[in-house]
Amino acid sequence: MTHAIAKAHGQFSRLDGAERAFVRLSIDGVQVDVLEGDTILTAILTHQRTLRNFEFSKDKRSGFCLMGACQDCWVHMDDGARLRACTSFVEDGMAIHTGKCG
Amino acid sequence: MTSRIVIIGAGPAGIRAAQTLIDAGQRPTIIDEGLQSGGQIYRRPPAAIQRDPKALYGFETEKATQVHRAFDENVHDLDYRPQSLVWNICDKYVELLGPQGMETIEWGQLILAAGAMDRIIPVPGWTLPGVFSLGGAQVSLKFQACRIGDRPIFVGTGPLLYLVAFQYLKAGAQVQAVLDTSPLSGKIRAMPAMLSGGRAFAKGLYYLACLRMAGIPVHFGVRPTIVEESSDGHVSGMEWRDARGNVRQAECDAVAMGYGLRSETQMADLCEAEFLYDPGQRQWLPKQDSWGRTSASGVYIAGDGAGISGADAAELTGKRAALAVLSDLNLLNLKEADAEIVGINSQLKRFKMFRDAMDEHAFAFPERLARSAADDVMICRCEGITAGDLRASVEDFGTQDLNRVKAISRIGMGRCQGRICQTAAADILADAIGVHVEEVGRLRGQAPLKPVSLEALAARAPA
Repeated sequence: MTHAIAKAHGQFSRLDGAERAFVRLSIDGVQVDVLEGDTILTAILTHQRTLRNFEFSKDKRSGFCLMGACQDCWVHMDDGARLRACTSFVEDGMAIHTGKCG
Repeated sequence: MTSRIVIIGAGPAGIRAAQTLIDAGQRPTIIDEGLQSGGQIYRRPPAAIQRDPKALYGFETEKATQVHRAFDENVHDLDYRPQSLVWNICDKYVELLGPQGMETIEWGQLILAAGAMDRIIPVPGWTLPGVFSLGGAQVSLKFQACRIGDRPIFVGTGPLLYLVAFQYLKAGAQVQAVLDTSPLSGKIRAMPAMLSGGRAFAKGLYYLACLRMAGIPVHFGVRPTIVEESSDGHVSGMEWRDARGNVRQAECDAVAMGYGLRSETQMADLCEAEFLYDPGQRQWLPKQDSWGRTSASGVYIAGDGAGISGADAAELTGKRAALAVLSDLNLLNLKEADAEIVGINSQLKRFKMFRDAMDEHAFAFPERLARSAADDVMICRCEGITAGDLRASVEDFGTQDLNRVKAISRIGMGRCQGRICQTAAADILADAIGVHVEEVGRLRGQAPLKPVSLEALAARAPA
């Protein structure tokens, strides 16, 4: 089976993937396959171009520093928990919401 | 009272500090926020992502491998806490949030090796989706095997600008442009002093040559003016003024920016270490002696968190801090330690010559760029505070100090604690008052250093 590597609509493009296992999760209710070893940020940005809503306007954000410093990539999980997307890793069955304020 | 030696940060400085302590029979604790040791420069991908080290580290492959090995071979003699965020240091206690939740660790000696991150100057559009820091662009390649975009533009100044552009070229990206705010003339002026850098200098020239050979436009002395936005709200291009002042433009699907690095010093602040302004690096740094001791008792500092000096120097200052600890604990013959420190410091002096030439000339910080930000440019991306808000706080309240401006405007009060906005905010404030940037001071570090949830705090066992 080959990976349907999300490309056309994502901000990020992958350099590898074929040898990694799938992880199935949902982003805003849509089931997607991402790869083992992905951060939540990578999982989202390989499928779409934005990560979360900015709290104080209609602006969208996609993270910035990717190293846990800027705190601009916090996203909500289905259970209400918030995770920093650049330092948290994907797990099967995760339900991520990008639509809420981070 | 504990005699535990705690190191914060497992990059090149922390790793060499740990190794030196282990060699002397100690079993230090090393706390690191990363998934694996290596720090930012020698960051390792998660186990599931198998990539050739050569592709990840290029010319630095051997060094990266050595540093990784130094850690891996010693890990059993370490109390290693990966994925652990230090959010507070209070008296002799480090408070961390790790995979097992909250924990408080008492320390006897503390080595801070917290590293550095990109120094950012906001321009209109810099908060658009698709705009990242240069370091972030590198993290996505090294750690996630992803490009931030297929047609990126790299903007800013500093050695990282060329390195990251080169790495993206190698990774198959169609790099649209490299925009360096420092002029070519500065690089030529820095040439004699930079020759002292030897290999580092040659590498820089190599990256530039490769970019040029691949036909990628490299512009010097630019002034970035706008990160352009597509109709659906993503980055679509950049506009800048070239060295002659002409307006230029290029399209892209991602931007990475950075203007050199700034040290992560907030932990030293919580330890109540004294700070000094370093005019060469344009930042406030913990005061240290020639052994890496801060003014706070039992607190030592190493690596880029003690001032930007690069990965090679970080290995040396890491070792130096460990030697200082050992010598202060009377575990080392002072004469022997002294001889080693003298050797390390003479090597560091050579690195510094090269670094100073880079900072002063080759990649000079574009002071005017931050100062010229229009009133509507967002400076604080956490809270949406603009340059105009900062200027208004001077006009309305006569503010002279960055911490006062924080109280009035909320700049630096957001989740990042001023890590991203502090540099530009200080410059804008200094400009508005008409003083040197040193005069406006620096944002004081506050706990929690990074966000921790109330849930995690509440679950903390009472001390």
